[in-house]
Amino acid sequence: MSHPLRGSTAIVGASTAGLGACPGHTEMDIIVTAAHQALADAGLKITDVDGLFSCSTVYSLATLSIGEYLGIKPKFSDSNQIGGSSFVGHMLTAAMAIQNGLCETALIVYGSNQRSAAGKLVGLPEPDFYEAPYEPKQPPSSYAMVAARHMHEFGTTREQLAQVAVDARQWARMNPEAFMRDELSIEDVLNARMVSDPLTVRDCCLVTDGGGAIVMVSADRAKDFPHKPAYVLGVGMAHWHRNISAMPDYTVSAASESGPRAFDMAGLTPSDVDVLELYDAFTINTIMFLEDLGFCKKGEGGPFVADGHIGPGGSTPVNTNGGGLSCCHPGMYGMFTIVEAVRQLRGQCAERQIEGAEIALSHGNGGRFSSQVTALLGSEATL
Amino acid sequence: MPKDAQAMLADPGPDQVYREALNAGTFQIQQCTACSKHIFYPRLVCPHCGSNEIAWASPSGQGTVYSTTVVRRKPERGGDINVAMVELDEGVRMMSRVEGLPPAEVTIGLRVTARLVEQGENKQVIFEPAGGAQ
Ligand SMILES: [Zn+2]
Repeated sequence: MSHPLRGSTAIVGASTAGLGACPGHTEMDIIVTAAHQALADAGLKITDVDGLFSCSTVYSLATLSIGEYLGIKPKFSDSNQIGGSSFVGHMLTAAMAIQNGLCETALIVYGSNQRSAAGKLVGLPEPDFYEAPYEPKQPPSSYAMVAARHMHEFGTTREQLAQVAVDARQWARMNPEAFMRDELSIEDVLNARMVSDPLTVRDCCLVTDGGGAIVMVSADRAKDFPHKPAYVLGVGMAHWHRNISAMPDYTVSAASESGPRAFDMAGLTPSDVDVLELYDAFTINTIMFLEDLGFCKKGEGGPFVADGHIGPGGSTPVNTNGGGLSCCHPGMYGMFTIVEAVRQLRGQCAERQIEGAEIALSHGNGGRFSSQVTALLGSEATL
Repeated sequence: MPKDAQAMLADPGPDQVYREALNAGTFQIQQCTACSKHIFYPRLVCPHCGSNEIAWASPSGQGTVYSTTVVRRKPERGGDINVAMVELDEGVRMMSRVEGLPPAEVTIGLRVTARLVEQGENKQVIFEPAGGAQ
């Protein structure tokens, strides 16, 4: 018997907003623009929303601020904040709430003006007695130490890491929304400014503005909307630590649990997936997640990428929008993995469209390889 | 006997005990009385078994570099520094830095020894290659 949440809800609206540079605007401007556009995409109005999901590094009571601004009085509200994967996680909560009749029309939204606000941001007040005194550059130094350990144990090379950035750029060159679309070579990545060894600035995600939003409803209603629904087939969540000092093993992330949970719920295996949208905060993320989610064996992520599997024309297309490395990374990126997955399933991706994409994987990462949330979305044919 | 709430929250808390000992020249970690595993950073509850019966322990000060990076900074911002994840022989890991050799020459697997250094108003634990600087 299949899981009761499998295919019980669907995404019927999706939009990005203000990707790249959006000067002169507050975070809230970007958030409400994304919300408005996703609802318009679904043919809905703000007043139709009765379930509100968001979180923010600026608004500590995110759904209260967004609800107040937009005049939404939700029956169900959730601001679970587990870093950049939060929004993929909100899909699980929204599916549960809709399935149980707690709300009917769920809006999940995120936005940030991180690029334009640079220099105006105040540091997080969270106390950190055990890492901050050693002055790591966060988050790059945390991911750098994971990359170094992966290289040490498996022989992963800087060239293989660089290939991830090059492939992301190849996809970005086909996405008019992407922030960086210039040509990029492996040498360019290797010779770029070193941030925290072994990661150069081109191994690191962008710092951009931007927002995104999706609208979820029950599967019963999903065909009453303008676009083909993207059904939520499975979502799995896991986290094992917060700070990098407490990551149990630098060669395995909690995606090795979130992935199987999502596949179990969906009744699918990695070979069923047509397109992957992985949270690539750093090049090592893509390699780690390909391994942990079961697309190649542990330790073989580097050679897998070097063999040309994840770029345009590859067997396992990854981050068709250009990812956090080349499309956008406004503070937290998880939402953008969902929007691109939905667009692929709808067939809206023009030059970068994966022919016949029926099942898309969206994977969110948060903190320092900390929280992991995997979602499998499918077309009507996969129900 | 598990501690009650009053005993758990008796002054001072583990962070304060840790830092006061460090500033007085002693590096301590913790050990769970129930499961015997070592614990770092200091806590009121054992992350291995959930017990709240935790004792202070003296680490040997010997460890191995589990991972390492060079934080690249302009000279006017203090220049390049090493940041390392050190696994103490007691089995716990901590962020620190290895001094006594150039930041980029710190390698995974290097055996290191803890030393306390003054940093601002506090002392901090840093590491040096075992057997002295190379
Ligand atoms: Zn214990």
